[in-house]
Amino acid sequence: MNLVELQNKLIAAARANAPGDHMPYAFEKRVTALLSSRVALQNLEGWVRGLWRAAMSCMAVALLCGAWEFLNPATTNNTADLSQNFETTLLASVDQADQSP
Amino acid sequence: MPGRLLTLAAEKGLADSRAMERTETELIAAVLKGDSASFEPLVLKYSPRVFATARRYARRESEVEDIAQEVWLKAFDKLGSFRGEAPFEHWLMRLTVRTCYDFLRGHQRNRESSFSDLSEPESDWLERFVTAPESASENADAAKMLVGRVLERLSPQARLVITLLEIEDRSVKEIARLTGWSVPLVKVRAFRARAEMRRIVSKMAKDKYL
Repeated sequence: MNLVELQNKLIAAARANAPGDHMPYAFEKRVTALLSSRVALQNLEGWVRGLWRAAMSCMAVALLCGAWEFLNPATTNNTADLSQNFETTLLASVDQADQSP
Repeated sequence: MPGRLLTLAAEKGLADSRAMERTETELIAAVLKGDSASFEPLVLKYSPRVFATARRYARRESEVEDIAQEVWLKAFDKLGSFRGEAPFEHWLMRLTVRTCYDFLRGHQRNRESSFSDLSEPESDWLERFVTAPESASENADAAKMLVGRVLERLSPQARLVITLLEIEDRSVKEIARLTGWSVPLVKVRAFRARAEMRRIVSKMAKDKYL
């Protein structure tokens, strides 16, 4: 068997039988719809990414504040606690009335 | 007078093609601005070429559709890299050929199987070729199936080169442009591809007659 001739014959067969160029019905619509949905998804992805970054930044700020508070405890001279301050504020007008002649 | 008519027709043709080109450029510009609907006329116009190319490398119609779809998605994503120096069609065909090559690399099957399962028409065609080579027509369906089997057994590189060089009759320069390979690399790969194809054809003959 002449293999070179067989090879040439097979290549000639491939040349003679060129594939068709038909496309499925409404293929272009399908591609456009796919692209539109991808664009919408990409926009959504952008929002999600932005919000996620914002959340991470907030978390980092909160952690920093926590660490700052933990490492530098408040050294105030005022020993009065919140309840006492609240009471003083609430009764300020009464105190003023008592003190006035 | 006929000469004048010819000149007018040629000028009109040129003007039409320029108008068409401008329209295409406008469509691309609109897509780049975010109007994805402007992509549809481009898909409609060039899909037949994309499908014809994809059918050279994939046998199943579902695979052909997948390739074509991937080509268009890539084209949309990379449209920003189209500089407009060459026609859009050339740019798209480069993308198509490279997508087909990726497909071949991802779907390497049946490469090691034997040729013992040839169908009756294929065996008959080979018999006819052995007895009287000129009587075995290259237009026969059996010849088409046989060449399909041989091409499926080629490596992706070899198949791409054989298809472009031997079947589509493209020049080495053109293949280099389409594949992104250098001209010497295309020549080396073409030499290897022919040798690989010869080996496969010889294996087919051995499986059939030994």
